[in-house]
Amino acid sequence: MNDFNRNRFVEFGLRFYILLSFAFVFAPIAASFVFSFNSDRFPSIPLGSFSTEWYVAVASDPLVWAGLRNTLFVGLIVAVVSTAIGFGAAYTDFRYRFFGKTAYLALALLPPTIPVVILGLAMLAFLSRINLSGQSISVIIAHIVICSPFAMAITRLRLSQMDPDLEAAAWNLGASEWAAMRYVIIPFAAPAIFGALFITMAVSFDEFAVAWFVSGLNETLPVKVLGFLQGQVSPRINVIGTFVFVISMTLVIFAQLLLTGRAKDAPAASND
Amino acid sequence: MQGNALVTFDGVIKRFGGFVAVQKLDLEIHKGEFLAIMGSSGCGKTTTLRMLAGLEAPSEGEIRLGGKPINDLPTWKRDTPMVWQSLALFPFLNVIENVEFALKMRGVGATERRKRAGNWLERMQISEFAERNISQLSGGQRQRVALARSLVVEPEILLLDEPLSALDAHLKVRMQSVLQNLQRELGITFVYVTHSQSEAFAMADRVVIMSKGVVEQVGSAQEIYRAPRTRFVAEFLGSSNIFAGQIAADGTLSTSTGQYRLPRDMSGTRPKSTATLVVLDTRSYLSSVEPGPEFDWVRAKVVGEEFTGAMAKIYLETADGSELRVQSGYEELAKLPMNTGQDLFVYWLPEDGHVLPIA
Repeated sequence: MNDFNRNRFVEFGLRFYILLSFAFVFAPIAASFVFSFNSDRFPSIPLGSFSTEWYVAVASDPLVWAGLRNTLFVGLIVAVVSTAIGFGAAYTDFRYRFFGKTAYLALALLPPTIPVVILGLAMLAFLSRINLSGQSISVIIAHIVICSPFAMAITRLRLSQMDPDLEAAAWNLGASEWAAMRYVIIPFAAPAIFGALFITMAVSFDEFAVAWFVSGLNETLPVKVLGFLQGQVSPRINVIGTFVFVISMTLVIFAQLLLTGRAKDAPAASND
Repeated sequence: MQGNALVTFDGVIKRFGGFVAVQKLDLEIHKGEFLAIMGSSGCGKTTTLRMLAGLEAPSEGEIRLGGKPINDLPTWKRDTPMVWQSLALFPFLNVIENVEFALKMRGVGATERRKRAGNWLERMQISEFAERNISQLSGGQRQRVALARSLVVEPEILLLDEPLSALDAHLKVRMQSVLQNLQRELGITFVYVTHSQSEAFAMADRVVIMSKGVVEQVGSAQEIYRAPRTRFVAEFLGSSNIFAGQIAADGTLSTSTGQYRLPRDMSGTRPKSTATLVVLDTRSYLSSVEPGPEFDWVRAKVVGEEFTGAMAKIYLETADGSELRVQSGYEELAKLPMNTGQDLFVYWLPEDGHVLPIA
């Protein structure tokens, strides 16, 4: 922005507004973070003394560990499978023109727009019909349905920045279609592929509603949190909340670094 | 010419849905020649090149490379490397890795690969940039990388799709001589697609002019310039004055602006048939007084002038609205009143005229 055109009041107002927005979004999380280190049993002001006793309590609970293991197991598989599916769908969109492509894209991107309760119920009804409910695989299947569109959207964005001549150039230089995929398309899309891995894992890690419907006894961590909340109000929830938040944010930040950091060199081939 | 042909287009037609991009193309490309295919956008020149590279399949007809039909050969099995208009360098590979790519795809070992790619970088004078990223190179340097990347497999033919269009004027001229020298040294065939007359005429041994999917003329720059075959070619070159009319009983051409004599060798033209006479702008002259009887002339008004180096191009308009142009040196022009709207005589020797074979 040009210095001449600046209005100090407007500028201050805008900055304050941004600050307020961030405060609105992060205050509950920050509160949860603060209370997780509070010795008092109930969240209240003034705070009691600093304490890690709730962390100790959580760490010594075998049910929490089981939930975490489950979450990680589910998250890893979901990330890999839905990224693969999303990449395939995005490449199809990039490479081919066919009748009904708009409908294909709409359908492929649809799942995240379905209310999760409906999706969860439908999943439960469907999976129990084929005897797949109440297991880790149920959560995996449900989460792949939710996550694949995210992976597709991310990869699609990256492929849209690619000079379409690149793939043809690879063929022209003697690369078969598989070789072009391996040596040109995948290297070009690599930042998006890794980004999609992290994002889908984060989505799976956080997702609660659908997992609650289909997980049965193999609860993931967010489902476990609800279990705590129903039993007793315990600061342990704050501990788990903080933990889940830190993990998710780490994954999302990794993805952001990958997607924005390397995207800069993308248009260089076609410009200039 | 049979033994000399490297590529043969035999009745090749390309349709995209209802649109015919290339109509019945018969063309031979000779071994070791620099052939330019020229035309405005949508004339089918790029489609022709892409069919040769195997990126588009002909709808009808046959393309032969070295005598063998290649219609069904996928592009990665043809040795027809191409330099792209966008250059299509791989942004995730550095300079030498880009050049190595084709060798890697052919299963050449890593050390051999590096050595051969290195040689080409040296030849293109870009060795110092071997480890650079593509985004760190200038336009001219990228051009050289693209050339090295295509030539590293030592093909018999190199396809070039308007590779210079993104460069600024002086770099363009420099790359033209780089390309021309390269083609002479290697002795391989270059097929160069362009919309630029100056590029095609400056570099090519033979030029193919296309319009609406049809070849209008094939020939050397000299041949096309001096004797355009069709009105389209004459207009496309933009360096001739064109007079269309009917042959009168006395063998002159009767047009809306006057009666003109035809050059002597035009014995085949019958009275009553239509004909088009073209006169090069360098063989047309200006005068403020009526020229002598050895010349043909037409009156026209000055509408504009364009100065290009030592010569100037004067644009004029006849009474019936058709445009004329005259190229002349500054000394001659200085003797004439040159204001816009000035009435002048445009004149020429009948022997300098050329009658289009196809009116």
